[in-house]
Amino acid sequence: MRAYTPKDDVQAKSYYTDRYYVAPQVPKQDVSTDAVFAADLAAISAKFKVSDSYIQVGQMVVYINAKDIYGVLELMRDELEYTQLSEMSAIDFLAKNNTFEIFYQTLSMTKRKRIRIKYSIENGQAVDSVEKLFRSADWSEREMFDMFGIEANGHPFMKRILMPYDWQGNPLLKTYPLEGDEFAAWYEVDKIYGKEAREAIGPEIRDTARVDRYDSERFSRLGFEVPKGTEITGNEPKNEQSYQEDGGVFLIKKLDKESSVVVDDPQR
Amino acid sequence: MAQHKVDYTKSGGLPVALTSIDKIANWGRSNSLWAMTYGLACCGIEMMAAGASRFDFDRFGTIFRASPRQSDVMIVAGTLTKKHAEFIKRLYDQMTEPRWVISMGSCANTGGMFNTYATVQGVDRIIPVDLYLPGCAPRPETLQYGVMLLQKKIRANSASKAQKPKRLM
Repeated sequence: MRAYTPKDDVQAKSYYTDRYYVAPQVPKQDVSTDAVFAADLAAISAKFKVSDSYIQVGQMVVYINAKDIYGVLELMRDELEYTQLSEMSAIDFLAKNNTFEIFYQTLSMTKRKRIRIKYSIENGQAVDSVEKLFRSADWSEREMFDMFGIEANGHPFMKRILMPYDWQGNPLLKTYPLEGDEFAAWYEVDKIYGKEAREAIGPEIRDTARVDRYDSERFSRLGFEVPKGTEITGNEPKNEQSYQEDGGVFLIKKLDKESSVVVDDPQR
Repeated sequence: MAQHKVDYTKSGGLPVALTSIDKIANWGRSNSLWAMTYGLACCGIEMMAAGASRFDFDRFGTIFRASPRQSDVMIVAGTLTKKHAEFIKRLYDQMTEPRWVISMGSCANTGGMFNTYATVQGVDRIIPVDLYLPGCAPRPETLQYGVMLLQKKIRANSASKAQKPKRLM
């Protein structure tokens, strides 16, 4: 049998601590191996500066400058037939080099190819909105603003989309705790009852597996229920569960267990 | 002259039943528990199934209403997000007293598996709950059993007194 290791907070620890560890990389191919991608890249790099490009899992990845994004996507949509923006968002590299990587995944239905445009911005910088080119960028950029706090210049309605408008913090940042910060923990209490209600309502119970068998206020042993607040000794009498009171219910026919029928056929 | 004269003293007795105000009021309340449709997530599917023909909530007198002002019991079926918390409180306040709340399923009870920043960790942080149904999701039979227990709870209380307003704090 395997030795027991405690499973509390396994996610809090880094699971791999080898300092010489190198994460496995998906192999990259040169763009010249695919004629369609090579032509697309030539068209993009003729007008805009391309810092890096490669093919990964059959898709071309192109790194450009942040200021060129509107022009690149316009060129791709109008001349290179990449007419769909499947998705766009950001990746948090703040811990590594204080930047966000923004990616735009585009699809050409006629060429049956996908190109990913990428660029990096510094923390606190804004990006150019591409909502005028692709309507799908409307909500994606709002989500990026909501989750990372990156604003998109020129967006018609730069507001949060998932979290409430009065929310504080950007939940998809790697520094944001999964169970929420202080603001998130008290959000609904503060908003509905006010800050003074915090003490009466109490903090959130985050351990959902916690069961205290001596707590008769919140938990009861099935079949051995006791009135609220009773001290539990472990010698409680068995309670027979019944749907109705012993004396019967006014105007309601008493359920007779003897005369009830168990139907075996589920397709009755 | 009426041809069919009923002799009440012979055939089945007089059409009169004697009871107390408490019993008749509680009988009325417990057997016409109109529920507010509050399907927030997958538990809502089980709640709908409980209302449909196979499980048939109508025979309990439980009819789903789409308005808090016409409903007696709020069946909170599903995950309550923090964004939605203020609205569940508003709808609860709009229900007329006496009113009851059934918290259906793990998410409504404790937040369930959504141990995250965006989920209210138990609907009882917002509104007072009368009955907690365990399960993920509870079967329609569980909800029926829960409603029967709630009926029992209603019958156990005195109806003639004004129901003490339930407050979270």
